[in-house]
Amino acid sequence: MSATTAHEGHHEEHPRGITRWLFTTNHKDIGSLYLWFSFIMFFVGGLFALVIRAELFQPGLQVVDPNFFNMMTTLHGLVMVFGAIMPAFVGLANWQIPMMIGAPDMALPRMNNWSFWILPFAGIMLLAPMFMGGNFEAGQGPAFGWTFYVPLSLQYDKLAFFVFAVHLLGISSIMGSINIIATILNMRAPGMTLMKMPLFVWTWLITAFLLIAVMPVLAGAVTMMLTDKYFGTSFFDAAGGGDPVLFQHVFWFFGHPEVYIMILPAFGVISQIIPTFARKKLFGYASMVYATASIAFLSFIVWAHHMFTVGMPVAGELFFMYATMLIAVPTGVKVFNWVSTMYKGSMTFETPMLFALAFVILFTIGGFSGLMLAIAPADFQYHDTYFVVAHFHYVLVTGALFAIMAGVYYWLPKWSGNMYSEKLGKLHFWLSVISVNVTFFPMHFTGLAGMPRRYSDYALQFTEFNQISSIGAFVFGFSQLIFLYLVVKTIRGGARATDKVWEGAEGLEWTLPSPAPYHSFATAPEVK
Amino acid sequence: MSASPLRPRALTGAAMLALASPLARADYRLNFQDPVTPVAREIYDLHMLILWICVAIGVVVFGVMIYSMVKHRKSRGAVPASFHENTRLEVVWTIIPFVILISMAIPATKALLALEDTSDADLTVRITGLQWKWKYEYDADGTPVSYISSLKPEHLQARQKGSGVDVREIDHYLLDVDNPLVLPVGKKVRFLVTSDDVIHSWWVPAFGTKKDAIPGFVNEAQTFIEKPGIYRGQCAELCGKDHAFMPIVVKAVPEAEYRTWLAQQKVAAQAAAAEASAEKVWSEAELVARGREIYTGKGGCFGCHGASGEGVATFPALAGSAVANGDAAKHLDTVIHGRPGTAMAAYGSQLNDLELAAVITYERRSWGNTGSVVQPADVKAAR
Repeated sequence: MSATTAHEGHHEEHPRGITRWLFTTNHKDIGSLYLWFSFIMFFVGGLFALVIRAELFQPGLQVVDPNFFNMMTTLHGLVMVFGAIMPAFVGLANWQIPMMIGAPDMALPRMNNWSFWILPFAGIMLLAPMFMGGNFEAGQGPAFGWTFYVPLSLQYDKLAFFVFAVHLLGISSIMGSINIIATILNMRAPGMTLMKMPLFVWTWLITAFLLIAVMPVLAGAVTMMLTDKYFGTSFFDAAGGGDPVLFQHVFWFFGHPEVYIMILPAFGVISQIIPTFARKKLFGYASMVYATASIAFLSFIVWAHHMFTVGMPVAGELFFMYATMLIAVPTGVKVFNWVSTMYKGSMTFETPMLFALAFVILFTIGGFSGLMLAIAPADFQYHDTYFVVAHFHYVLVTGALFAIMAGVYYWLPKWSGNMYSEKLGKLHFWLSVISVNVTFFPMHFTGLAGMPRRYSDYALQFTEFNQISSIGAFVFGFSQLIFLYLVVKTIRGGARATDKVWEGAEGLEWTLPSPAPYHSFATAPEVK
Repeated sequence: MSASPLRPRALTGAAMLALASPLARADYRLNFQDPVTPVAREIYDLHMLILWICVAIGVVVFGVMIYSMVKHRKSRGAVPASFHENTRLEVVWTIIPFVILISMAIPATKALLALEDTSDADLTVRITGLQWKWKYEYDADGTPVSYISSLKPEHLQARQKGSGVDVREIDHYLLDVDNPLVLPVGKKVRFLVTSDDVIHSWWVPAFGTKKDAIPGFVNEAQTFIEKPGIYRGQCAELCGKDHAFMPIVVKAVPEAEYRTWLAQQKVAAQAAAAEASAEKVWSEAELVARGREIYTGKGGCFGCHGASGEGVATFPALAGSAVANGDAAKHLDTVIHGRPGTAMAAYGSQLNDLELAAVITYERRSWGNTGSVVQPADVKAAR
């Protein structure tokens, strides 16, 4: 495979100063903006988590009032989902997709800028009510869970801020997804057929369709809340002929694909990293594509497994149980393919590979608890307990978040031109992987023993496991400062990175110099 | 030297002892509570089956992976193979999981059908979720018996931030109520579950019974308790600030004991109704005394409005408020019908005319308030 590299070397004509960042239409700059935004939000959401774990260290209320606590759990979820995980994946997409397909930039660069710059305003809308009303301790922010079920959420007097924040987030995602689809379908280098694309590109293509399909549904849900509260409609009010459970159906029709939106790009990152460090091509490329597409399709028909206790007819419960269990099949195929890629490879264990291997093991554990939750009668005991909290933290933290970190370690030398310190990277990895398990594994037991979720205080028999979780959480939280330090240090300087960076790396981005030039592939490379 | 510098040290020492005390090592569990109903038992067995299957799959998959990480490493001189597909293998490892899933789905279907079968019940109890307590209603041969079940007041006081009470000293902390639900053993009980405000969820782990309480809708659930005993559960759907503070306690007793208890409740209900509906004019002192009990007890008003009417967090003060000092009509309307769109519930369905008159009068005549006295007849007219 030959490629024409654009040697812009000495006269990189890109703008400087603050206007550079405000007006940039460059996919690399915008990728960096998304990644820094998500990193900041990760620490904000993490701070909320530490308030939660500080309060839950002992039974009784020591640190905050119950309403403030509920606000912390709500904002922790919203900030992590919409502020940290999703923008991080969009940041990886912006940086990597054009380079991976041999395109000079995204299809719609100005819209790309807008997609990012909406986010800080959405974040302000979401968090500002916390500081309103004079009594900070009382907690004026949203306190109804990240799933904001009605009628509880309709009791919130600053609902309009929340609704508009969600609208802004949705618009950002929809525009970003349109951009990604247009780029991937139209701007691939000649010779790169769909079935020759890197898997990261495939997973993002499919994720973008999921986003376009479901973000409008979320917008519909919050708009119906807005009109119910302020304009006299009764979509969700039985007295007016409506139904609070309608909200749950609409929300989860968005909500379930949403969690796949947060994991499919992760699958893509892992599928890039394992072949590189095993020095062996990805096993079963075609199956990986079909499995991803199957997971995406199935994600639309399982939503009510979040609602088994709501009073659904038995036929509905059975359907959703069977459909949910089915997702284990394509997901299993992916795990087997990653293991088969490693098998009889020649592995080395640099930091990206460590995170990727931890992903495979720990995400699979999260998948097992997911399968248990799918079993509807058993779910009656798990629902709304810490067992669910354990499940989704395994798939989101050791799943999505670890994949993001793996991707950052993997591609940072390409972006910055410098190698990160492998010693610090490994320290960050080992501290994180141990503390994350100390935090979340006991939650399986807490949930089985009967502790419900979103509880600001608990009965005495849950004390030990809560203490262990809290200690793990603080270690995990502070360990992320190592990652921050390392990223900043690497950008500023370090051992020079080669073009290929990793011995087993394959793909167009590794044919570019490190750091990648501001404008790359101005001329399309030829792909054989 | 004065004694006060020593006290902080003594308190720290006491706190450390409390942390280490055996009460903190209350019986922690790794698994579900012991099942006392057929449904709970079926769920427990199903859960263990799925768990062991998952463990087996994990051992196989992670086994291959760890073997590979050890043997197929560059540092051991491993040379990478070049295979990257094997259609037959892929078909096999798609079909085998599918078959495993079917083997799980069959017992799961059976258990679900049993759980949701509410037919042919021996008795029915109506459960209503409220912010933040439960209301239980029986039909005692035509006489409705209903009462509110709230977290025991000592627990509510102890859990306030800075209460100074060590919650570890409290028996069944957060799991005890003033009026438990009483049910007979060995009879199929049907529950009709609903809510008066937001979504709650009624859950008793030992029964395997959980059902959401949704305003405007009535859900059905059932249980068949095999053993007498006290069974404790909690609200399982976020319902606002005191979501963690509205537990469930079921006292399961032999059928004869249940019948006796129900008969006593019927008599008490008839007497209370008679007392409340009498066209008697009550003295301010009687109303204020009863009102104080309700305000700090079953009404739960102090939780939001403060023990001295001073207001808590974002909830309004009653001391010096316009409503408590002004025209009684607004005060009656707010307490009886609630304020829709806020957390102020409609207490008209929770308290009778006398109880409402008492608590409203207490609010209007305490903490320096100079509002009028309100009689049960006024409440009845305002409903």
